[in-house]
Amino acid sequence: MNLSDFVIQYWPRLLSGTGITLAQFLLAAALGIAISLCMGLMKLSHNSIVRGAAVTYIEIFRGTSLVVQLYWIFFVLPLFGLTIEKFTAGYLAVGMNIGAYGAELVRGGILSVPKGQWEAALAINMSPAQRMRRIILPQALVNMLPPWGNLMIELLKGTALVSLISVADLMFEARQINASTFLSAQVFGAALVIYYILARFMVTPFMRWLERYMARKLGRA
Amino acid sequence: MHDVSAFPLEISGTPTPMVSFRKVTKSYGTLTVLDELDLDIAAGEMVSIIGPSGSGKTTVLRMLMTLEQINGGVIYVDGQPLTHMPKNGTLVPASQKHLRKRRADIGMCFQHFNLFPHMTALENCMEGPVQVLGLSKKEARERSEELLEMVGMIGKKDQHPSRLSGGQQQRVAIARALAMRPKVMLFDEVTSALDPEVIGEVTNVIRKLVSEHNLTMLMVTHQMGFARDISDRVCFFYGGKIEEQGPPAELFGNPKKERTQQFLSAVKEAV
Amino acid sequence: MFDWKWDFTWEILPRLIQATGNTLIAALAGYAIAVVLGLGLALAQRTPYRPVTLIVREFVEFIRSTPLILQIFFVFYVGPQFGIRLSPWASGMIAIGLHYSCYLSEVYRGGIESVAKGQWEAATALNMTTAQKYRRVIIPQAIPPALAGMGNYLVGIFKDTPMLSVIGVAELIHTANAIGSENYRYLEPYTMVGIIFLAISLPAAGLIRLFEAHVRRKLGL
Repeated sequence: MNLSDFVIQYWPRLLSGTGITLAQFLLAAALGIAISLCMGLMKLSHNSIVRGAAVTYIEIFRGTSLVVQLYWIFFVLPLFGLTIEKFTAGYLAVGMNIGAYGAELVRGGILSVPKGQWEAALAINMSPAQRMRRIILPQALVNMLPPWGNLMIELLKGTALVSLISVADLMFEARQINASTFLSAQVFGAALVIYYILARFMVTPFMRWLERYMARKLGRA
Repeated sequence: MHDVSAFPLEISGTPTPMVSFRKVTKSYGTLTVLDELDLDIAAGEMVSIIGPSGSGKTTVLRMLMTLEQINGGVIYVDGQPLTHMPKNGTLVPASQKHLRKRRADIGMCFQHFNLFPHMTALENCMEGPVQVLGLSKKEARERSEELLEMVGMIGKKDQHPSRLSGGQQQRVAIARALAMRPKVMLFDEVTSALDPEVIGEVTNVIRKLVSEHNLTMLMVTHQMGFARDISDRVCFFYGGKIEEQGPPAELFGNPKKERTQQFLSAVKEAV
Repeated sequence: MFDWKWDFTWEILPRLIQATGNTLIAALAGYAIAVVLGLGLALAQRTPYRPVTLIVREFVEFIRSTPLILQIFFVFYVGPQFGIRLSPWASGMIAIGLHYSCYLSEVYRGGIESVAKGQWEAATALNMTTAQKYRRVIIPQAIPPALAGMGNYLVGIFKDTPMLSVIGVAELIHTANAIGSENYRYLEPYTMVGIIFLAISLPAAGLIRLFEAHVRRKLGL
């Protein structure tokens, strides 16, 4: 069976898997961005308890493996009475993991804004929250977008691991089809191509567009 | 913290000085940048600070803008303490809340302009009035456009800073500071980062401010001619202290102290 | 914690330590492959033959934007379809080595591009061959700026080894899975695996930073 025949026969399953992969990607991205922002800001706090909490979170999630985190959330949390449905556990683990890496990008982005910007915002008597929200974060965002592009690719790849807890994403469907047909080259090849298309022709162009758009807003175009 | 119990809760006098440094000390580790500085500036007065680099000139402005904390003494603005606040009949270090309230009297322009790059010239000027003073967008726009007109930048009001020359950015920065209607304006080497041919457009704006407005101004500058032209008083800083001060004609024409003479002749040679 | 059993923890510890050995071997072997292959990929992208450069570039992009776990499956299952049988270890090392060689090639490329143009010109002025220029002049200078990236990927490869469990390599997660299903206890094995990962990756990251600083000092940078 060649690749095109294979795709014609199995496309509904590959398509539904791709849909789940995209859903996992979007939910994990939303969660990851929220956590990045929160932990990145906390790591810059003057309060050592707040800072310590952020450092602990970041080191734990960056120091262990995503697979371990996924299993822990899915298999261990229920022992504490916190049973999470597998779909939720999937994007929760991926998003929390990416959030730890993103927090460092947020922190770096904020630190990259020149000191003069803080001072000018203080000179027009803005409150600390206003300074951060209106002056620093918009500039930090532009500075950190390029590495976020790479992180989003890592996030997409990370979603493939949710198949390990039987979330029916693209990776999971590919394994299932492989197990019943043994057409390994076709099914895994097709899955590789789909991931590649998602990364190279959707995620990356979107991030590039966002970079250009934000740069234009900054008047840097 | 140092003892401030000997300092008055507020200062009066006729007229009350707009700015008053009382025995203000600033040090970084073991390096003393300012040593028990006493300096009064009257309302409406234009004071220039000159001196060699490292003499503490810029630090004076940065402390007044509350960008730096002081290590000793008290700074008063318009009779009220700035760096401290009264509590139970004595002065205690100012809280963030107190600083925010008192800071409203002070505006500052920086050597490197520090315009917000993600906002247009007009948005830069409107940011403070809208976000901090709570003006309506319409009021803030009117106020900002008027000021941009005054600094000659109304034609570029919708440009981002990256599209403006250094001189143009600095003029916008002056308008941005003025939009907050401060009582005291601080100019920190505002022409030092500019190309020589555009320095005039910024100094002309400051001249206009001096002649048309009754603002209290404190300026750190390396341009002796400009300081001489527009100042009511010039202070020569040396080693964290005011070595000599007086009306510009006197200080530049007939300096009394040896260090002042040395500095002025060195500057003259450099030109 | 309410349900933590210390005697069970002690009982499974020897197996986990043994698995840690396998994990480390897998990470180091995979890294060794990646370090060598990555240099080849980096140099191949600098050949004057445009088609070669383009194909290698796109290949690197492809590998970097598709999930490692899928690549592991691909290598493991596709071989037998064509009569090539690879052991789990061999397939795992090929997949992980190839995947990370693409990341390392980017690190090398960055390092090579950071060498000043004058160095090439000076080497040309000494009438060196291309091979001599790379070996004697360019690569020694390209390594120090690349060290931080190289170190990060060593830790990265270590944290990705749990993916090898899916084809039956007896590394940490595979062992923890086995212990879990034998005893119906997941809390201790998964938590211990997480702690082992932290206990290795945090000091490793610190050591890598020290090593990098040491090399920089030695080279007078």
